Amino acid sequence: MAREYRTIEEVTGPLMLVRGVENVKYDELGEIELADGQIRNCKVLEVEGTDALVQLFESSIGLNVEQSTVRFLGRGLELAVSPDMLGRVFDGMGRPNDGGLDIIPDAMCDVNGLPINPAARDYPNEFIQTGVSAIDGLNTLVRGQKLPIFSGAGLPHAQLAAQIARQAEVLNSEEQFAVVFAAIGITFEEADFFISDFRRTGAIDRAVMFINLADDPAIERISTPRMALTAAEYLAFELDMHVLVLMTDITYYAEALREVSAARKEVPGRRGYPGYLYTDLASIYERAGRIKEKRGSITFVPILTMPDDDKTHPIPDLTGYITEGQVILSRDLYRRGIQPPIDVLPSLSRLKDKGIGAGKTRKDHADTMNQLFAAYSRGKEARDLQIILGEEALSEIDLEYSKFSVAFEEQYVSQGFDTDRSIEETLAIGWELLSMLPANELKRVRQEYIDEFYIWEEAEACE
Amino acid sequence: MKRQSQGEVIKVSGPLVIAKGMRDADMFDVVEVSESRLIGEIIEMHGDEASIQVYEETAGLGPGEIVVSRGAPLSVELGPGLIGGIFDGIQRPLDTLVAMEGDHITRGAFAPALDREKEWEFTARCKPGDRVTGGDIIGVVQETEILEHRVMIPPGKAGTIVEIQSGVFKVTDVVAILETDRGAREEITLLQRWPVRIGRPYVEKMSPTAPLFTGQRPIDTFFPVAKGGTAAVPGPFGSGKTVIQHQLAKWAEADVVVYIGCGERGNEMTDVLMEFPKLPDPKTGYSLMKRTILIANTSDMPVAAREASIYTGITIAEYFRDMGYSVSLMADSTSRWAEALREMSGRLEEMPGEEGYPAYLGSRLASFYERAGIVRCLSSDDEERVGVLTAIGAVSPPGGDLSDPVAQSTLRIVQVFWSLDSDLAYRRHFPAINWLTSYSLYQTKVDAWLNDNIAPEFSKLRVDAMTLLQEESELEEIVRLIGQDALSDTDRLKLESARSLREDFLHQNSFDEIDTYTSMNKQFKMLSLVMQFYYEAQKALERGVDFDRMVGLPIRDDIARFKYVPEQEVDNWYVLRSEQLLDEMRALSD
Repeated sequence: MAREYRTIEEVTGPLMLVRGVENVKYDELGEIELADGQIRNCKVLEVEGTDALVQLFESSIGLNVEQSTVRFLGRGLELAVSPDMLGRVFDGMGRPNDGGLDIIPDAMCDVNGLPINPAARDYPNEFIQTGVSAIDGLNTLVRGQKLPIFSGAGLPHAQLAAQIARQAEVLNSEEQFAVVFAAIGITFEEADFFISDFRRTGAIDRAVMFINLADDPAIERISTPRMALTAAEYLAFELDMHVLVLMTDITYYAEALREVSAARKEVPGRRGYPGYLYTDLASIYERAGRIKEKRGSITFVPILTMPDDDKTHPIPDLTGYITEGQVILSRDLYRRGIQPPIDVLPSLSRLKDKGIGAGKTRKDHADTMNQLFAAYSRGKEARDLQIILGEEALSEIDLEYSKFSVAFEEQYVSQGFDTDRSIEETLAIGWELLSMLPANELKRVRQEYIDEFYIWEEAEACE
Repeated sequence: MKRQSQGEVIKVSGPLVIAKGMRDADMFDVVEVSESRLIGEIIEMHGDEASIQVYEETAGLGPGEIVVSRGAPLSVELGPGLIGGIFDGIQRPLDTLVAMEGDHITRGAFAPALDREKEWEFTARCKPGDRVTGGDIIGVVQETEILEHRVMIPPGKAGTIVEIQSGVFKVTDVVAILETDRGAREEITLLQRWPVRIGRPYVEKMSPTAPLFTGQRPIDTFFPVAKGGTAAVPGPFGSGKTVIQHQLAKWAEADVVVYIGCGERGNEMTDVLMEFPKLPDPKTGYSLMKRTILIANTSDMPVAAREASIYTGITIAEYFRDMGYSVSLMADSTSRWAEALREMSGRLEEMPGEEGYPAYLGSRLASFYERAGIVRCLSSDDEERVGVLTAIGAVSPPGGDLSDPVAQSTLRIVQVFWSLDSDLAYRRHFPAINWLTSYSLYQTKVDAWLNDNIAPEFSKLRVDAMTLLQEESELEEIVRLIGQDALSDTDRLKLESARSLREDFLHQNSFDEIDTYTSMNKQFKMLSLVMQFYYEAQKALERGVDFDRMVGLPIRDDIARFKYVPEQEVDNWYVLRSEQLLDEMRALSD
């Protein structure tokens, strides 16, 4: 029986100091028993001599310094995992909150996981068809990738994420994705949107959900993503499933981290976030991937809302440095009714090059993609000029580019949240659009592909 | 043998452990913490209390556990078996660990860096009775098809060879015995050790003059790095830092490449591990992995080992430099290294400098880059052995803002600055090296070399091209204000030619088989053709030829497709197209 301490010295915010402890380890999990018998969790942040500084995982409301006792459990925070988790809803600490029974554990897993040995990783290169042209065609997602959605307050990132969860499939494969969904500090309505959507489409049977809502203790949010990823690792690497992890919203996670850091009076980095925010976020994001000789994989789509749509804010900035690309939503496109409002130019998928091409999608995919980017970018520049100087100021070719860029947004990007386009359809729309431009303008496309795919009638119709 | 000291843990806070009873230990000694023997390094001493940065996850550590000093600073193992390996920040072999411990890195896992069982064919180059000093090559091991591993007398040792023989040896076997002047016997093994925080000695440093060719057009032609030079690639995320680093690791003209993945993505290291063995070295045709060493401390691996990783990498690089090789070192990313420094500094409760970084950030960075250079290697031979270590570091400034302390400290030191630009990246202009803000201080030295070795008019072409790009940015301002119509034909030609320069020369597709590497000969010919069009069109304008007709000439499509012409066809292709250009221009005037 673990020793119980009734020596809580102080409680400040999420931190608590316990004196006179013996044999307590760094990062050890503890339980606090309140006077009325309630149990709360905590973990050791620092141990010096016989003093232990612990961090509460739950709120400190009702905690009495005199009458509460602490015992240390000799292990870290763990999650009970089992195949029965599928179809269940848990709270942010991994306890069932759908009214169902407790999970009978197949194994207990440390939620912090262990770093994957880079020599054991397998490179992600299997194309995932999400049915969204702006992603499949231009910012291709592959199995085992971590690709966040950078959004802003009020933008339809939830719809896009749900669409991806619904439509994602690997070509020529019957296997469906299992979905692990983690709600971190979002509103009931947003969480309910996801749950109803999973119910409506039947995805709920292959989903595991961890829900920490806006009114749940902020400090719990530090564990929620780790709970979700531990479940995902179990499903992927023990049960050989392909797992898609959706997580929203990373911004609230980082804020919880800042709260703990501030309480510890650490030297703050940018905007008050702790200096180790990068390392901490990496310990979450890097858990996605594939492992050699394991059949399963973890594909990770975290969502974060950029404060004031600012991409240089520390949270999106550090995320972008860790993840393998990003899908950025644009308020400007959203206002113009483009659905989903994906701004393809700053969006990026770093792993796309190995997931596309002959045998995966189609041989002309890479060239078409580069050409669409280049043409759209030039078209947008031309449009900016047009706004200032009027149509007459543009050269004939710039005018064509300008028209192209409008058509690109309306036909290629804007497809609504219910359309599921195959990669063939996406590529066909791409060539229809490129054929609005003269063939000799397509410098990024190899001649043989122009000969094969360019639609000459389209070009004539434009003239 | 120094006395080993043993103490006990009194405080644990993340990667920082404080132990008492350590009075006998030296600063920067390596220690083993607890029964699981976690590796750490002493970074501060207060009385008998030592602050230790632990290179592994410290969860589960508590006061009272033992700490044992190894009595030596953090060192790396040097010897045959390094090439083609992947090591973590403290040189644990990651591929061996997979076989031992499974897919994840567990705590306290240990394997020697160099395989103790593997046998190497050693060929002696000295005979008993020869007098040798530190740095002298006593024999060689053919480590890979393309790399001869030269076994040197460790620096600081000297004497007469008493025994030496060729044969098959393991790394710890004695291959030679020295008798020092004092009559002591020193055993020389294939394996030697060197402390990572101390640069390996050399005779003298020289000034870099020859360019290091990378096959990347914007770099070789416009912003070259010299052999033995230093360069930095700062840029926001998504601007292609890692792709550039990978391209340099693949194609840079070096005998040995050390690639340090410091706090970056795990998949990037996997990419290198899976792709390099399949790629042929442009010079020798053998797999690139046969000249590459990887140091991987990914972002999810313990933060303290990240701090050590760049020292581990550069010490290995110096070792091959001392053999007389040209070594290129890529560090991606030094910002993550600096963050590890900041985290330790914060835990030590040091007074922070800018943005929480410690005040010694600048001097640490400077001393790292200063270990690069072109040197005369240590040796008692009459023939000079010259070794080269070129260091290229990526910097990841927050939000792409170059006022960041890491970027600023780096820029003060390095000679070449490739500024990556997110606007170019959004336009998918890769490599997104901004030609207006980047610079290379080696330009003049390298120009002389290029004019002598490639073509006498090379530097003139380059200056003209650069002027054109400069003028383009000014003209674009005007266009933005008053429109294209306001420009004269001469200016429109400049804009059009600059566009061609950007799209047909500077833009380079790393994922295209042919375009990924461009020889210096092809670079010159591509640039020359683009500029010829400009020169000829200027003349034609003077003759009164209509501008729009020139822009529509068929030769322009050929210029655009030059990048996809295979190397062996380049010379022929160039001659034909230059003639075609002149013919078409002439036809316009008629």
